[in-house]
Amino acid sequence: MGQFIARRVLLGIIALMLAMLIVFSLSRVKGDPRYFFIGEDSLGIDPAVWEEWGRRLNLDKPVPIQFALWMGDILTGDFGDSVTTQRRVLDIIREKAPNTIQLGIVAWLLGTFVGVPLGVFSATNRGNTLDYIFRGFALFGQSVPIFWLALVLIFVFAVNLGWLPSGTKGEGVAIRNFVLPAVTLAWFPAASYLRITRTAMLEILDSEFIKFARAKGVAQAPVRWKHAFRNAIIPPLTLSVFVLFGLLNGTIIIESVFAWPGLGRLAIDALWATDYPLLAGLTIIYGLAFVVMILSLDIIYAVLDPRIKYN
Amino acid sequence: MNAEQTAGVAVQSAPTQRQRLTLWYILRRWPILPVILIAILVTLGLGANWIAPNDPIDQSLPDRNARPLYQDDSPYLFGGDHVGRDVLSRVIHGARVSLSVMAVALSAGMLIGTGLGLWAGYAGGFVDEVIMRIVDIWMGFPFLLLALVAAIIFGASFSTIMVLMILVAWVSFPRNVRADVLVLKESNFVAFARISGASTTRILFRHIFPGTIGTITVISSLSVGNLILYEATLSFLGAGIPAPTPSWGNMVAEGRDYLQTAWWTSVIPGTALFLTVMALNFFGDWLRDRLDPRLRQLG
Repeated sequence: MGQFIARRVLLGIIALMLAMLIVFSLSRVKGDPRYFFIGEDSLGIDPAVWEEWGRRLNLDKPVPIQFALWMGDILTGDFGDSVTTQRRVLDIIREKAPNTIQLGIVAWLLGTFVGVPLGVFSATNRGNTLDYIFRGFALFGQSVPIFWLALVLIFVFAVNLGWLPSGTKGEGVAIRNFVLPAVTLAWFPAASYLRITRTAMLEILDSEFIKFARAKGVAQAPVRWKHAFRNAIIPPLTLSVFVLFGLLNGTIIIESVFAWPGLGRLAIDALWATDYPLLAGLTIIYGLAFVVMILSLDIIYAVLDPRIKYN
Repeated sequence: MNAEQTAGVAVQSAPTQRQRLTLWYILRRWPILPVILIAILVTLGLGANWIAPNDPIDQSLPDRNARPLYQDDSPYLFGGDHVGRDVLSRVIHGARVSLSVMAVALSAGMLIGTGLGLWAGYAGGFVDEVIMRIVDIWMGFPFLLLALVAAIIFGASFSTIMVLMILVAWVSFPRNVRADVLVLKESNFVAFARISGASTTRILFRHIFPGTIGTITVISSLSVGNLILYEATLSFLGAGIPAPTPSWGNMVAEGRDYLQTAWWTSVIPGTALFLTVMALNFFGDWLRDRLDPRLRQLG
C-alpha cells in the first residue's frame, strides 16, 4: 500500500513538472519572454527597467538554469506579478479560489445525486418508457455544449421569465445565484454518472449471486440496493476522476458565461488581457488540483476494492 | 411490466411481426436519423462553397440582426448576425471548419495513439511501462488552460488549434489498442508467423494490427463528438478559430451579447453543434454495441 501511494505521488510530481516545463518553454519559444511579463508598454520602456527585468527572469543564464530557478520560485509560492493588476498571482488566486471551489462542489453533489440514482432506476426498469427518457437525457447531457446550454438557460430563465439572475455570485452564499451555474455545470457529470451506473448495474443484475439472492427469496429493494448497487459502485467511482477534471475545465467556461468571480473567469480575463504570468500560475494550480484529485481517488479506490493490486 | 423486466434480467424477447414494422422499432434498432444528420453535415461541409446562399464573411450593415425566416424583409433564412452576415451561410461554413479540424486531429491522433499502443503492447517491459505512464500523466493534464497559454503566446490560429487537438486526440487510443495486442500476440497465428520467419514489423502490421481495427473504429467514433466539442469550446473562449472565419464556437461567442435582441445569432449555431455531436455520439454508441460491447467501460 505504502509503495503504491509512493508510486502514485511520484507520477503526480512528474506530471506537474511536465506541465511546468510546457508552460515555461511556451514562454521561451517565441523571442524575448520579457514581452509577456511587461505587457503593452514594452516598446517605449526605459532600458534600465528592461535590463532589470532581464535579471529578474535570469535571462543572462542558460535556459535549463532559467527553468530550474523559475521552478524554485514557484515551489516557494512566487508565481510573479500579474501584468494587468500588478498584484501577486498567488494572492489573486487565493482570493478567487473559494468561489470556484464552492461552485464545483455544489455542481459535483448535484451531478452525483441526480446521476447515480437515475442510473440505478434506469437499470432496474430496463426497457420501459422511463428508461428511454433517462437514456435520452444522458445522451443529451453528454452531447450538449455547456456554453450553449448556459446561454439557452439564461435566455429562458433570466431574460424571458426573469426567475433567476443571469450571473454573478453576489455577497455571501445566495442559493438563487447558484442555481443556473451549478445546474449547467452539473449537467454533463449527471449524464455520465447515469450512463456508467446503468451499465454497471445491468451487468451486476445479470450475475449469478443476484439470481441466487432472488432464488433465496430476498425482496426487490434489498436486492437492488444491498446486493447489486454496492457492487456496481466502482465504475462510477472511477469515473469521478474524469468528472472532476470535467468540472474544473467546465468552471472556465461556465464562469466566463455567468460572470462568476472565480478562477475560470480569471483565466479568460487573463487570456483577453494577454496576462501570461497569471495564466501560467493558474495552469500550474489547476495541474496541481488535477494531480491531487487523481491521487486521492486512487487511494479511495484501492481502499474500497481490495481486489486492486498495489503494484 | 413483464416478469423479465421486474427481474432486471437482460433478456430481450424476440420482436413480433407487428413490432418489426413500427417506425419506432426501426429507429430504435438502426441509427437512421443520426446517419442522415451526419450525411447532411458532411455534404454541407464538403460543398460549403456551392451550398451556402451568401458569403459567410461579407458584412452588410442594413441587415444587422435581421430576423430569421425572411420576416420584415430580412434577406436571410436564419437571420443576420450583429454585422449583418448571413447566419445560415456561416453555419454551413462552420460545419466545414469543424469537420476539417476534427478530421486532421483525429487522423493524426489515431496514427500516434495506435502506433504507441501497438508498440507498448508488443514490446512490453520498459517501453510498455513508459508509454502507459505517459498516457496516465497525459489524462490528468490541464489542457484547456495550456491551450489558453498557447493562445497568448502564438495567437489563436488554425495551426495552434490543430496541434492542441492532436495533443488531446491521441491519448484515447493506446490503452485499448495495447490491451488487444496483449491478447493477440499470444495467439497461435502470431507464433506461427514468428516461426516461419516473419519480421517484427510484418507481424505487427500484417498479423496484429488488423485485429485492433474494431477497437480503433469504436474509439474514433466515440472521440469524434468530443473533438468537435473541444474545438467549439476553444473557439468560444477565444482561443480557437480566429474571428472572421466562421466556426460554431465563435459564432455562439459573438452572439451571446445579443441574446435579448437577436437570440438566433447564438442559438442556431449552438443547435447545429449540439445536433451534430448528439448524432455522432449516438452513432458511436451504436457502433460500439455492435462491434465491441466490452468497450462500454469507456462511458
